[in-house]
Amino acid sequence: MMTNLQRPLPQPTDITQPYWSAAAKGQLVYQHCPDCQHWQFYPRAFCVRCGSDAIQWGEASGEGVIYTFTINRRAANAFMKTRLPYAVAMVQTSEGVKTMANIVNADLDSLYIGMPVRVVFEQINDDLALPQFQPA
Amino acid sequence: MSQSLSRSIAIAGVAESDLGKVPGKSALELQAQAAHAALGEAGLSLKDVDAVFAHTDDRFSSLQVAEYLGITPRYVDSTNVGGMSNIVHIRHAMNAIASGMCSVALITYGSTQLSDGSRKSGAVAADSPSTARGQFILPYGHLSPIGYYAMVAQLHMHRYGTTPKDLAEVAVAARRWAQLNPKAYRREPTSIDEVMASPLMADPLRQRDCCLVTDGGGALVVVSAERARALRSKPVYVQGIAETYAHHYTPFNTDDWLDTGVAATAQAAFDMAGVTREDMDVVQIYDHFTIGVLQSLEELGFCKRGESGAFVADGALAPGGRFPINTSGGGLSYGHPGMFGIFLVIEAVRQLRGECGGRQIADAQLALCHAPGLVFSGNTTMILGV
Ligand SMILES: [Zn+2]
Repeated sequence: MMTNLQRPLPQPTDITQPYWSAAAKGQLVYQHCPDCQHWQFYPRAFCVRCGSDAIQWGEASGEGVIYTFTINRRAANAFMKTRLPYAVAMVQTSEGVKTMANIVNADLDSLYIGMPVRVVFEQINDDLALPQFQPA
Repeated sequence: MSQSLSRSIAIAGVAESDLGKVPGKSALELQAQAAHAALGEAGLSLKDVDAVFAHTDDRFSSLQVAEYLGITPRYVDSTNVGGMSNIVHIRHAMNAIASGMCSVALITYGSTQLSDGSRKSGAVAADSPSTARGQFILPYGHLSPIGYYAMVAQLHMHRYGTTPKDLAEVAVAARRWAQLNPKAYRREPTSIDEVMASPLMADPLRQRDCCLVTDGGGALVVVSAERARALRSKPVYVQGIAETYAHHYTPFNTDDWLDTGVAATAQAAFDMAGVTREDMDVVQIYDHFTIGVLQSLEELGFCKRGESGAFVADGALAPGGRFPINTSGGGLSYGHPGMFGIFLVIEAVRQLRGECGGRQIADAQLALCHAPGLVFSGNTTMILGV
């Protein structure tokens, strides 16, 4: 088993920490703007649509569809080489957020644009889990 | 940009360095080689240069190039926005020349990425893990830039029924042009079948849907229109030019990945130039990936959205075709040292001067160059005229 040392992993900032802390507990949260109702990703200290600094965290449904995807036949790093071939997708969530993830627990040949998917968490260590998506 | 700057500057010299596999030279040496040749075309020397525009792997590119060439400029610009950068430099030089901040601008690029083996699998150096890219892209093993364009191709196929054969048409047309260009790196014959049989890299893109990885450099000399008329070379005027930007490496807020800001950029350039797309004799579109050409053709308005597959069919883009483009052989077959923008300009200028021999477009008066930067992160369109 290859160690995570060779895998690029996120280093949270104060502003992104709530997203990663929630993920470590198996929850998907995005920022929501109470002033313009925009669901925002990635996290910032303000609403990128209306400029409001009243932005709040809210739990996401965890549901979405594949907006587009690719199957990687070449790995981006040594760790991912152990997973070839693997799917990378842009997922459009029911909140309207676009986010990137691997599509896991799936037959890669069965993936299609518009496919319903739902979040699942890949535990990296005690403090870190990566939100991933699998067929719903 | 003010309409009055249309035709206010001209490109007076263009050159590429040794191109292909050049193991014995550094990126800086390649740029110097191209700079000397480009200045020579204009009858200018390094002593005449008072502005340097460059983007290399060095963070302070323009100073690196200026020091190496022994230039002490009064204006520099190291703007790096990906493959479109050198065209953006032309626009910035236009403003600098118009406002009297410089008079002879040298624009360069160079890379030895083939000899370095630095991007053999399309990987780029890891971003810091605390950036948006480091947190939300890199952990998923996403390849850049090919992964992004593979996703664009997937979307195009899903929405419009575009096929791998449509993509292969672009690669084969590029090779047929390269066969007419003695400077092109890959000139051996190829076929649609051969392209479609090349290994999948990131579905649906195959190896031969991707630009080459080569060494090479280029240089442009830009001066005021008035000064250009007194120089040795035939002036090629910048008639219209525009740049726009959308994102860095996380296009999460780009609603439609098949509508990437090209149309508005091109319209601004056409408006400045006072011409329309139908007036273009020469078209040079950045071909980092075959899908990029299809997408740009649609967004530039040369065909309707979703119809680029039919538009490029049956060798339409190749020599003798209905819509010949990328006459050098492009990034797909001429060469691609990491950033290709400068080479679009070099070929367009040569076409407008009538220097292209067996690949010359007859009576070329107007040329369009279009380039995106990074991962459909920005766009620039330039109209050149004689
Ligand atoms: Zn808001």
